[in-house]
Amino acid sequence: MLTMTRRDLLKSGGAIVVAFACRPISAFGLQGQGDKPVDLSEVDSFLAFHADGTVTVYTSKVDVGTGLRIAIAQMAGEELGIPAQKITVLDGDTALCPDQGGTGGSTGLTRGGTEIRQAAATARQALLSLAANRLQRPADGLTIAEGVVRPAAGGSGVAIASLVGDRRLMLATDPKAPLRPPASYTIVGQPLPRPDVPAKCSGRHRYVHDQTLPGMLHARVIRPAAIGSTLVSIDESSIRAIPGIRIVRVGSFVAVVSADEWAAIRASRELKVSWTEAATLPGSDNLDRWTRAAAPERDQAVVSRGDAAAAMNTSTTTLSATYFWPFQSHASLGPCCAVADIKGDGGTVWSSSQGSHGLRNNLAKVFGLNPAKLRVVFLDGSGSYGTNGGDHAAADAVLLSKTIGAPVRVQWSREDETGWDPKGPQQLIDIRGGVDGQGRIVAWDTQMWLPAQAPGARALLAADAAGIAQERGQGAGAITQNGDPPYDAANVRVLVHWMKDTPLQLSNLRAPGKIANVFAVESFTDELAAAGREDPVAFRLNRLSDPRAREVIERTAAAFGWQARPSPNPGARDGGLLVGRGVAYMRYKQAENYIAIAMLVEVDPATGRIGVRRVHCSHDCGLVVNSDSLKNQIEGCILQTLSRALHEEVTFDRARVTSVDWASYPILRFPEAPPVEVLLVDRPDQPLMGAGEAATAPVAAALANAVFDATGVRLRTVPFTTARLKAALANRSYT
Amino acid sequence: MASYGFRLNGRGVSADSWDPAQPLLYVLRNSFDLHGVKFGCGLGQCGACTVMLDGRAVRACQTRIDRVAGHTVTTIEGLGTIAAPHRLQAAFVAEQAAQCGYCTSGMIMTAAALLAQTSKPSADQIKQSLAGNLCRCGTHTRILRAVVRAARA
Repeated sequence: MLTMTRRDLLKSGGAIVVAFACRPISAFGLQGQGDKPVDLSEVDSFLAFHADGTVTVYTSKVDVGTGLRIAIAQMAGEELGIPAQKITVLDGDTALCPDQGGTGGSTGLTRGGTEIRQAAATARQALLSLAANRLQRPADGLTIAEGVVRPAAGGSGVAIASLVGDRRLMLATDPKAPLRPPASYTIVGQPLPRPDVPAKCSGRHRYVHDQTLPGMLHARVIRPAAIGSTLVSIDESSIRAIPGIRIVRVGSFVAVVSADEWAAIRASRELKVSWTEAATLPGSDNLDRWTRAAAPERDQAVVSRGDAAAAMNTSTTTLSATYFWPFQSHASLGPCCAVADIKGDGGTVWSSSQGSHGLRNNLAKVFGLNPAKLRVVFLDGSGSYGTNGGDHAAADAVLLSKTIGAPVRVQWSREDETGWDPKGPQQLIDIRGGVDGQGRIVAWDTQMWLPAQAPGARALLAADAAGIAQERGQGAGAITQNGDPPYDAANVRVLVHWMKDTPLQLSNLRAPGKIANVFAVESFTDELAAAGREDPVAFRLNRLSDPRAREVIERTAAAFGWQARPSPNPGARDGGLLVGRGVAYMRYKQAENYIAIAMLVEVDPATGRIGVRRVHCSHDCGLVVNSDSLKNQIEGCILQTLSRALHEEVTFDRARVTSVDWASYPILRFPEAPPVEVLLVDRPDQPLMGAGEAATAPVAAALANAVFDATGVRLRTVPFTTARLKAALANRSYT
Repeated sequence: MASYGFRLNGRGVSADSWDPAQPLLYVLRNSFDLHGVKFGCGLGQCGACTVMLDGRAVRACQTRIDRVAGHTVTTIEGLGTIAAPHRLQAAFVAEQAAQCGYCTSGMIMTAAALLAQTSKPSADQIKQSLAGNLCRCGTHTRILRAVVRAARA
């Protein structure tokens, strides 16, 4: 037998030599961090073939209820010729998974999936070579299906498991390994059921909240009374009646710890703690005015095409409008939880963080641990839709475990989850548009006020309270995108006024920035259409040439049963209710998904209540990997954004967030949930694009446009509460 | 430490608690390792901890352990298993009516109590019945379809 070193093999990169190079991996993975490669260049980092015919796929992209696991299994299975049901995806374990980056920006499949697909395509070539050797037939006459390599012309084959089961391929991923032609797909595109759903429906799915360890203690952290306040004193006698409580204090970081979870919860409620007063916040009342007046860091033109100012001056008609989106919370249904078992300068942390590797590196840096000895293991959390408080909870657990020398489970309270999760920022947007005598958009100027972004990790609450020096990054995602119109417009400028300060800690919240920018741009587009007495659908189609853009709008309009006429059409009544329809279109990041949404709403003029009767969405994200899972995501994007547009606003006074539970931070409930029809445009010949958040962005504009159609009133400030709409309708009568 | 006896998923059990006001939620999760019941708010606002007490849907976070003594508790685990699911569980799987799944147990338990009392509920009855159960992922339409499917099964 020919033997080669690992280095030789990786250098050769050839599939043929692999036939002689498989190495047993009996001690695979779980026995130590050094066993399994995690280097991005190696096939074995992503794929493990087991002797029973199953395969494990490893990725740092995590499934936060989005269906990523089944989609990745389908992409890998398609290349390997192995059914997706035989593939298990293991996500977000820093000891086992290659670092493909955190999970966000809809990159789960665009990066995570495509890298794995390429590794699988490389493995396919190796499997064909191995089988050619075994079967004594040329590789190019072989094919793989159902986990068996066999002659394409027929005849007996050989199981993949018997070729490479429990052994490593020792092979570098070949970026040129041929991919299966989309026309031959039998696995990708199928609406396969997700592997996690049966366990979730029977109470057997394991969440981070369910992680237990021998000797594990339950902790609750006592947050300061105000943002920025520090600890004055603790009255330990206030919880004397509660058994088995230990109070842990590190600087101003205060927690109660107990072997009994209920005792820890009661102690956290009853412990009397005094804090210094702090009043650093501007308050959420009139936050739009505060934002406009906020101290600027700098201005930045993110789009500059032609001369918008000059063209505005020569326009026949100009319009301007101001839109505002408030701070919003991830408002995860299950408050964040983490378990840490720190020993010496290393240990293990179980977390639902969307970025295990980034979290590991930051925890190590902040708490003085050795990143090579620290392992972060992802376990499912409650849906997080960006970066919720999961990383903060992990920091709480690490600080506590390190301090008391025992495994610690930290779960946040509802109040802390909604009050202290890092938030999606407020957005103030001014738009001015100019139209010429033929109705062409000749000038478009968007100005947006946004909190300045700073590189580095977000400051962890626990470290701040404990007085530990750390990075103070301020990031909310790519929040300037989609501030320009997707339509023919000769002169366009998008100017960002970066503000120096933000009242609350920021983070990425689903479709960051785009959610408000598209709300503004597509509301304003509707305002232009109304000013020109053009039908909203026709107005858009008349200014779009990209056939993919036109197709989603046309399909949405057809599904809705759209009748061409200008908006508004106030007074259209159904009983005592005003009825109207709205549409919005967007190309995500001006480079990705094409999405059009139309909806029918009713408005009760007596109460200001908006009811959404039905929603139709046509969605083109290129290649569809799993049609049902994709629809589930799009439906979720739409219903969650109806919630954000109708109800959600983080409120705060000078000291702290005051929207801290489901009464003060209400979200959509079942009686309000409309039927949603999703029409997928599948383009197998086109690159796939992420779909976890894009359909979020056009929802609020379609809703506002429908309310305008029904009432003639333009809602430019989110949320569209009953009080806000009732006030706007006060001086109007509908006959 | 007092001891409280009750029936749990068809078995007679006994739980110790130092506090008679300890919510059933923590007893189920920590004394019986029944992790299907979820902590969502501790305020009775979200429904993630819904279980059945004597056949009626209750919030386990608002149900004191001393009130459970002598009664019958059913959790999502007692309703059915992956291999032998209740018709609601089977319907939720058939409709793929979950995203993160954190609310799912509470949804199914609330719906199970509804179906036990109203065998053929209207769509509006289902919506009203689930009005106190929050879903953050926006899976509402699938959950409604699943309950309708189960009611017809």
